Parts: sequence; C-alpha cells; structure tokens
Amino acid sequence: MNQGLIPTTESVYKLIQELNKLPGIGPKSAQRLAYYLLRAPGEQAKLLADAIISIKQKTKLCSICSNVTDSDPCSICRSDQRDQTKICVVEQPQDILALEHTRIYNGLYHVLHGAISPTEGVGADDIRIKELMNRLQGGSIDEVILATNPNLEGEQTALYLNKLISPLGIRVTRLARGLPFGTELEYADDVTLTRAIEGRQEF
Amino acid sequence: MSKPRNYQTEAIIIKKIKLGEADRILTLYTPHLGKIQAVAKGVRRPRSKMAGHLELLTHSQVSLARGRNLDTVTGSQTINSFLPLKSDLQLTAYALYAVELIDQFTVDNVENYPLFQLLRETMHNLCQGNNNELILRYFELHLLNQVGYRPQLQQCVSCHSPLEAITNSFSPRAGGMLCPSCRQSQILTYPLSVNGLKVLRFLQNSDYNTSSQLKMNPELSQELEGVMRNYLKYLLEREVKSAVWLDTLRGQIKQTALLQD
Repeated sequence: MNQGLIPTTESVYKLIQELNKLPGIGPKSAQRLAYYLLRAPGEQAKLLADAIISIKQKTKLCSICSNVTDSDPCSICRSDQRDQTKICVVEQPQDILALEHTRIYNGLYHVLHGAISPTEGVGADDIRIKELMNRLQGGSIDEVILATNPNLEGEQTALYLNKLISPLGIRVTRLARGLPFGTELEYADDVTLTRAIEGRQEF
Repeated sequence: MSKPRNYQTEAIIIKKIKLGEADRILTLYTPHLGKIQAVAKGVRRPRSKMAGHLELLTHSQVSLARGRNLDTVTGSQTINSFLPLKSDLQLTAYALYAVELIDQFTVDNVENYPLFQLLRETMHNLCQGNNNELILRYFELHLLNQVGYRPQLQQCVSCHSPLEAITNSFSPRAGGMLCPSCRQSQILTYPLSVNGLKVLRFLQNSDYNTSSQLKMNPELSQELEGVMRNYLKYLLEREVKSAVWLDTLRGQIKQTALLQD
C-alpha cells in the first residue's frame, strides 16, 4: 500500500490493508474488493464475514485422518458407506476435494499436511506420518494408496512411506503417473513418458 | 551493447520455491552464467508443458527472457532427467545434499564452469548407485577447491612442518590439518586418523575415475563424513538441512536391518 495517500475513511483503509495480506491479492485488487464490498448489499458482506469467522472458530483437524472438519471425527471417517479397509494418503486437505470430485474413490483418507523436503528442513517427523502408522496398527486396513504429488518431494514421501508400510504386510499402491488428459505427447518430459510407457495398459 | 532479450542455456535445477497461484521461482546452476534465478510461470498446473522439464535435479536446456527483476523461463527440454536417482529414496537424498551445498556456497551470476561439471558428474555418478559415500566426499572436497576453501592437508597449517604418520587433527577454523603440538593452542579440532588423511589427500588430488577405485570400510567412511561435515558447517555457519534427512534415512535402514536379523 502506498502509505503517502491519506485514506478517505479509516474503516475502508483498514479493510484494504487486511485484504492486501491475502495470497495473490495486490494493493489494486485489495482496493477493488474493498470498494466492491462497500457497494454490495449488506447481506453479502455479512455472509462473507461470518464465513471467515466460522472457518477459524468451528473447524479443527479430524483426530483420525487429519482432514479439516467441523465435527470430529469428520464425515468421511464416520460414514459407514465408505470402504474402511482402504486409506488414500494425500499431502493437503485440498487434494481430498479433488479426489472426491471424481466420485470414483470410496475409501478413507489421511492428510499428511506436507511432504518430505530435505532442503527445506521438512523431515519425516514434521508431517503426519506417525498418525498414519498408528492407524495402520489396528489391522483393519488392507490397502494404502499413496496419492502424494508426482514431484520430487511427493515421490520422496511415497518412497519413504512404502519403506515403512510394506513390512507390515499391507498392500501399498501409488497413483499412476502418466500423461495428463488434454495435453500433447510432444511436450511430455522424459520422466513422465518413461512412467507412461512402463505403466501402459491393455486396451 | 545491450544484452539480448532472450537467451538459452543448459542448467541443472537446484532449488524451487512456490510463487503465487501456479508459478515457481527456480534456482538454476548453469555452465557459463553460474547460479541464476528465474520465474517459471504456470508450472504447478497439471497441463504445464514445462513442469516435467523443470523438476528439481533435472539437467535441461532452458530458454529465458530477460525481465526487470527476474528472468522468465519460456521453454525447456530435458537433457538428462537422472531417473535412476529420482526413483531411489537414498540417492535422491544424496543428490539433494549436493545441490544444497552448491546453492549455499555460490552467489548469483558468477560463472564457475568446473563447478557445473562437478555437479553434473556427481549426479551422473550417483545414478550408477554404488560407492555413494565416496562420491559425496569427492564432491565436497572438489566443491571446496572451486569456491576457495580448499583444506590444507599436506602439512600443519600452523607450523608448516610435514605431518607425521600418527593421528593428527583437523581444524575447521584453521582450514586444515594441525600437528599434535600445534593442536593445543586451537579450540574445536577433530582427530583424523592416518588412513583418513590419506584418503582425503587422495580424493583431493585425483580425478573421479581414479578416486572411484578406492574402497572405504564403514568406520573410515563415518570418520571422514564427520570431519567434512564439521568443516562445512563451520564455513556455512549453519547446519546443512538435507544432511539431517540423510541421517534419518540411515537410521531407518539400520532399524529395518536389525528387524530382519
């Protein structure tokens, strides 16, 4: 924000400053949003404010899967419609949204809240691996699906988890890595292509 | 004459930081421009054409466009993806350790071609997957040569007398070996056995092909790792983060070995 400008009103100025702190919102976007809310019907601003307050007050992490939830355990962990023998391991709560959107997976989840990244000093104890291992002790799980991101950190995390879990006699699977839908083959990189050829399937 | 707006270079990707919604700031180590930073736009989207070519620990041909602050990556093509390295937990950890050291010991925009060669060679050697500790020690010593911290291993740094064939000491602060009598006046020294010193000297003065003939037993390997790590830590004035992860993994391997016995 340009501190030299004298704000017209204190409250608008304050809102602009707060919006400016959000990721991806620069000073101009913050101004636009603030003036939009100023003109919008009172209802809308209130709904937004309530929504913001409630995500801080009502949500917590599920004590079983570490997903963000407003009731503990979360709706997925509580549901008897879901396959209780499979756990899909993801890096972030947002990954669950993406997977749920496909409606193809009907098992449980586990959120690690990060991935192993040695150069950033994130080790195995900094993400929720211990919680996952505790869940596997019960013996009711027969498959763990590693859905960490297909980049270097995610791959490291998956390799590490495989090392920990496979001695327990639980089936460990990894999401297939290959060509994304809607792209062109000529731009694919070596790693993706190698994995795509290795993992090719009968038509 | 002004520099051209667009340019191409080979590069090894040594670091990446998230930026905004889908972008990344990459740190590239290049043969003739040294370490540079560049923005890669949209590489966190699944349909990015460049993402796979710009993953950490990849050797790529990169096109860049000059920007006001940071240059922008406009295209990339993998030269070597070091795939064997990326599909092995331990090897990835070794390679990340190497690139972290490169990042820590270099400054932006200073050309160091031998250092680029060393990094490329090290990644390539790690892909072969044997003698990894030796590869790292070789890398550390030659990195120090290149950046101006070559340790003095031939004679005592303090009194300049030749070292006798007994356990002498390595002093990170003095940047080399100390004989037993000079050792007294220095704080923080680490004992280094005769064999240890021989191996370090040999690695320091040979090329990789000659060095790779060497065989180290676990005790010696551990001793040298300790000495080198202390020296690097002293120079950097901080811990090497990826070394912590290397230790975790090693502990894990020992544990599973015990369980299997």
